[in-house]
Amino acid sequence: MSAAPASIAWFARHELILGWRDWVAMMTGGRRSRSMGIVIFLAVVVLVLHLMAFGLVGRWASRGVPNDAASLVMLTGTGILFWTIMLSQALEAVTRVYYGRSDLDLVLSSPASSQRLFAVRTGAVALTSILLPGLLASPLINMLALLDGPRWLSAYGVVVAMGAISTAISVLITLGLFRAVGPKQTRLIAQIVAAVVGAGFVIGIQAAAILYYGDMSRFALFQSQAIVDAAPELHSNFWLPAKAAMGDGTALLIMLGIGLTALVLTVALAAPSYGQHATSAAGLTHVRSQRRPARRSFRTMSQRHALRLKEWRLLQRDPWLLSQTLMQILYLLPPALLLWLNFGHDAGAFVVVVPVLIMAAGQLAGGLAWLAISGEDAHDLVVTGPVSPRTVLIAKIEAVLSVIAVVMAPLLLLMAISSPRMALITAFGAMLSAGSATAIQLWFRVVAKRSMFRRRQVASRAATLSEAFASIMWAGMGALMASGSMLAIGPAVVAVLVLGLAKLLSPRRA
Amino acid sequence: MTVPALAIFHLTKSFDRPVVQDLDLTIKAGEFYALLGPNGAGKTTILRMVAGLLQPDVGDISIFGIDARRDPIAAKRLVAWVSDEPMVYDRLTPLEYLEFVAGLWQVEPKKAQAKADELIDWLGLRPHANQLCGGFSMGMLQKVALAGALVHDPKLIILDEPLTGLDAGSARTVKDVLLGKVRDGVTVIMTTHILEVAERMAERIGVIKEGRLLAEGTLAELRTRIGRESSLEDIFLDLVAQSGETDAVAA
Repeated sequence: MSAAPASIAWFARHELILGWRDWVAMMTGGRRSRSMGIVIFLAVVVLVLHLMAFGLVGRWASRGVPNDAASLVMLTGTGILFWTIMLSQALEAVTRVYYGRSDLDLVLSSPASSQRLFAVRTGAVALTSILLPGLLASPLINMLALLDGPRWLSAYGVVVAMGAISTAISVLITLGLFRAVGPKQTRLIAQIVAAVVGAGFVIGIQAAAILYYGDMSRFALFQSQAIVDAAPELHSNFWLPAKAAMGDGTALLIMLGIGLTALVLTVALAAPSYGQHATSAAGLTHVRSQRRPARRSFRTMSQRHALRLKEWRLLQRDPWLLSQTLMQILYLLPPALLLWLNFGHDAGAFVVVVPVLIMAAGQLAGGLAWLAISGEDAHDLVVTGPVSPRTVLIAKIEAVLSVIAVVMAPLLLLMAISSPRMALITAFGAMLSAGSATAIQLWFRVVAKRSMFRRRQVASRAATLSEAFASIMWAGMGALMASGSMLAIGPAVVAVLVLGLAKLLSPRRA
Repeated sequence: MTVPALAIFHLTKSFDRPVVQDLDLTIKAGEFYALLGPNGAGKTTILRMVAGLLQPDVGDISIFGIDARRDPIAAKRLVAWVSDEPMVYDRLTPLEYLEFVAGLWQVEPKKAQAKADELIDWLGLRPHANQLCGGFSMGMLQKVALAGALVHDPKLIILDEPLTGLDAGSARTVKDVLLGKVRDGVTVIMTTHILEVAERMAERIGVIKEGRLLAEGTLAELRTRIGRESSLEDIFLDLVAQSGETDAVAA
C-alpha cells in the first residue's frame, strides 16, 4: 500500500530511497560490480572491530561488570565521548536541512507542507546520528553482551535516546542562531560550534589523560581514583544513562522517554518556521560579491604562472579552508603532547614539534592539492586552453607546494636558529609528507567543483586513508630521526609502501 | 582555395551507444553556422570533440588546416569554447578572470588589458569588474565567460546553448557580440534550441539526429529540400520526423 502523496510517510519513503542510493553510490563508487567486494570488506572490518573491542573490554567484562562508581564513571565518560560526536554530527546535519538546496526549492515551491518535510528530514538526522555512533559502539556493546550477559543490549536503547537528544539540541541551537544572528551567520557559527563540540571533549580528555597519567588513552582518565572519588552518589540521576546501558529497565525507559519526547517537541516547535528560515537561507548569496580594490594592469606571465596565480587567489579566498585546516592541526596536538612526555627527554621539544609539523604539512597539502587538482570550477576552460595537461598539473602542484613552503618557512627558520639539524629534518619530512599527499591527490584526481571539498574524504576512501597513513609514517620517521634513532628507516619504508599501494589502487587513466 | 575553419571527417564516438556516427562536416571561415538537433542528437558531443574536451573514437578534425588530434595545442590557440554552464570562478573578479584567460592563451599583457577593458564595457560589466563573480546572475556569468572567450581573439568560437537562462537583454547582447565577430571574419558555430535565433543569425544550418547529419544548407536550401515555404521550426520538425519514418521503414 502506498502512502498518500506529500504525507509524512510519503516524504519518508522518498528520503529513504535517496539516502539509500547515495550510500550505495558512495560505497561502490557507482560500480555495482564492487558490491561483493564491499560486503567482504565490511565483514572484515566488523570482525576486526569486534576483536579490538574484545581486547578493550574483554578482561573487564569477563569478570562481570559491577554496578559500582568506577564502572559508572567509565561508562558515563565513554558515553559523553560518543554523545559529543553525535551532537557535533547532528548539528552539522541539521544545518544542512536548512541550507542544503538540492530539491528544497522544488518542495518549497510546491503545495506540499514544508512542516512535514522538516519532520521527516529531522527524523533522518536523528536516524543518522543514531546509526553511525551506534555502529561504532556496536562491537563494544556486543562484546559486553557476549561476555557479561544480554543486559548490555539495552545500551542500544541508550544510543537511540542519545541520538534523539542530540538532534533535538541541534535543532534548538540552529533555531536560536537563526533568531539571534540571522541566516547569514547561522551556518558559519553552527559549524564552528559543531567542530568545537566534536573535537573539544576528545582533545580535552586526551590532553588531561596525557598530562596526569602519561597515557593517550581516553579511558585512562576515567579509571583514575580521583575522578571516581569526586563522582556523584550512586543513586544520583546523573548515572541514569550508564545504568540504562547496564540493563536497568526503568532507567532505559526514562532515557528513551526523555529523548523521544524532546525530539517530538522540538520538531513541533521548529517545524512551523522551517519554510521561512529555509527560504531566508536560500536568499543568501553564497559568496560575498564585495567590491575588491581596482587592480593594476595585467602582468606578463607564463601559462604556468597564470595557473599558479589563479590557484593562489582561489585558495586565499576559500572560506572553508582555514577552518578545515585548523581542525586537522588541532587533532594533532594530543599525540604531540604524548610524544613530548614519553620520548622528548633527549631531543627536547623538537621531538614533538618535528612530527607535528611534518604531519600538518601532509594534511595541509592533501587539502590544498584536492582543491587545486580536482576542485577545478572551470575545467572546460583549462582543458580547451592551448596548454598541455602536463603543464596544468605541474603548475597546480607548484601552487600547492609553494603554499606549504610559505607556511612552513617561518617555523623552519625559527627552528633553525636553535637547531639547524632539526630544521633540516623537519624540512625533509615535510617535503616528503606534502609531496606524498599531493601525489596521492594527483593519482586519485576527479573532476569536481570546489564546493565539494568537504565531501572529498568520502569520495575516495583509499585516497584519504593512504594520505593519512603516509603522513603518519613520515611524521614517525621525523620523530625518530629527531631522537637520533636509526629506526627512522622503518616508518619511511612503510610510507613508501603505502604510496606504492595507493598508486596501485588509483584509477587507471587513458 | 581557402582553408575551412573546421573540417570533420568520419567522426565517430560511442559511449554506451553510438552518439556520433561517421560524421563529415565542413564550415567555411567567417561563417555563422548553427547546429540543430533534438535532445540527445549528439550536438554537444561533436562540439566537445572539436574543442578538445573529448577524444573521438574514429575520425579527423581539422581547424584552419591544423590537425586537432595531432597538434591539439596549436588548434586550441585558435578556438574559444563557451558552454551553457559558464566556466567562471566564483572567487575571481571578471578582470582577474580575463587576466587568467589571457595568461593561458599567452596574449601580450597590454593588448589583453585593452581588450579586457573593451569587452568589459561592451558587455556592460564595468560596474561589476572588481566584484567576485560568485554573486553574479546567470546572465552576468555568461557575459564574463563570453568575454573570456573573446579576450584572446579566437578565429573560431564554439558555443553550446549560449543563450540558456539569459534574459532578453543579455541574450541580445550575446547575439550582437557574435554577429559583430562574424562581421570581423571570425567563424562561429553554435548549438541552440531557440530556432528563431538560428533562423535570424546563421548563414548555414546543420540538422543532426542520432549523431548523423540529416540536412545542411542555408535556410533557402533547406526550404527547397522539403519543398515548401516554411519557418525553420517547421523545416526542423519535418526533417526530424522524416528521419524517424525512414528509420521505421528501414527497421
